[in-house]
Amino acid sequence: METLSFEAALQQLEETVGRLESGQLTLEEALAVYERGQKLAAYCAQQLETARLKVDILAAGGEIVTLLDDDNPND
Amino acid sequence: MNLAAGRSRLERPTWSVSELNRYIRDLFEVDMRLRDVQLEGEISNWRPARSGHLYFTLKDSASQIACVMWRSDAGRLTFGPDNGDAVVARGYVSVYETSGAYQFYVQTLRPAGRGQLALAFEQLKQRLAAEGLFDPAHKKALPPFPRRLGVVTSADAAALRDILNVLRRRYPLATVLIAPTLVQGVEAPPQIVRALQWLDGRDDVDVILVARGGGSLEDLWAFNDEGVARAIFAARHPIISGVGHEIDFTIADFVADVRAPTPSAAAELATPDVAELWPLVAGLRQALDDSLIRRLEQQRRQLQALSRALHLLRPQAQVASYTQRLDDLWHRLGQAMIRRLTQAQTRLDVAGAALKGVSPLATLARGYAIVHAADGRVVASVHEVAPEQTVEVRLVDGRLALRVETVQPIPDRQV
Repeated sequence: METLSFEAALQQLEETVGRLESGQLTLEEALAVYERGQKLAAYCAQQLETARLKVDILAAGGEIVTLLDDDNPND
Repeated sequence: MNLAAGRSRLERPTWSVSELNRYIRDLFEVDMRLRDVQLEGEISNWRPARSGHLYFTLKDSASQIACVMWRSDAGRLTFGPDNGDAVVARGYVSVYETSGAYQFYVQTLRPAGRGQLALAFEQLKQRLAAEGLFDPAHKKALPPFPRRLGVVTSADAAALRDILNVLRRRYPLATVLIAPTLVQGVEAPPQIVRALQWLDGRDDVDVILVARGGGSLEDLWAFNDEGVARAIFAARHPIISGVGHEIDFTIADFVADVRAPTPSAAAELATPDVAELWPLVAGLRQALDDSLIRRLEQQRRQLQALSRALHLLRPQAQVASYTQRLDDLWHRLGQAMIRRLTQAQTRLDVAGAALKGVSPLATLARGYAIVHAADGRVVASVHEVAPEQTVEVRLVDGRLALRVETVQPIPDRQV
């Protein structure tokens, strides 16, 4: 889950809801799918909550330098 | 000062021509303002030399100045200047000591005036359109959730600040990779192309913004460069152009997969808004809960239905059901029997009454008698008996045995 991009997590969450809504799962499966969905939703929410823009710039020497982003309110 | 003036009067030196010209040249060259001059004028006396250097004059209605453009600078010209062209030249002013003439040393030269720029713009636009570079079929779709945005723009310009501000507010989940470049002047187009190609060559970049803040038509000219247009067209990642203000259209805008009116707008078009993602995630969470609750409810109803069915099928219930049926039949049996007996009684009563009406006993009681022959037949006529025969007479209260003495029929009465 930690390496999942927001987009991938959101997509998996959508699929999870779809599977649960299809009603074709056994109760046991449904509970497991639900638990997974809850984790994905929490992960998505946490991503939205804590994300901070990372800005890199190609320096004159050809290396990529991460800018210290003073404008980020959470820094 | 007074001392110096006094001395110069006393010992006035004699200069050579070369010394004077060098002195004047030095004066020109220490003047900061003359070291970088942007000059607008009309070309006349156009004299390209065999060496590749260009000699000409720039003039306006009242004045003129001799110009020279060295071969190294002339090689970068983007158009073919000629006498009468209105141009903007950039360079420095210095002195050609040999002839004692001050000159304008031109480093860059571009067409001036809306008319000429507009013409060049239209020609390139039509040519590239004919080649299909603007064809909607070539436009690439933007990724809905870009992870890394490439930005081609000037590193210290307001355009970049605008873009980063929008991204911070709108979609801080992304990362940004800036390829800084000049965005103005003759050096800009090849730099823009290099920056674009560098970003486009990277697999971790999802979408590229090519941006520049507002400026004059001349300022934006780098984005009307054919090389820039072709680099945008050749890119494998989707490109969003955001050059100038809303009203500015550049060739880059036409080739780009999406044209944004400004750099900020380019950043907005490139990204979803977290403000809209919050409800999306919340909605999915709700759907997840709803769907599980529905599932459990459905399961509960199913369980209820089954337990009801089980209750109905238990043996006690069946016994009770048979008992009731038996009671019912028993009751119906009794009812049917009573109905039958009542019917029989009624028939009997009716028959008794009828019987009473036809009985001969009542007649006998009134004094009539019935005569039976010896063989028991009822005698109804005098002709059925003869004298000396015995007959039996029945009265209401007994029988008499009689002997017939005479037979006297009544005349005219035949039975």
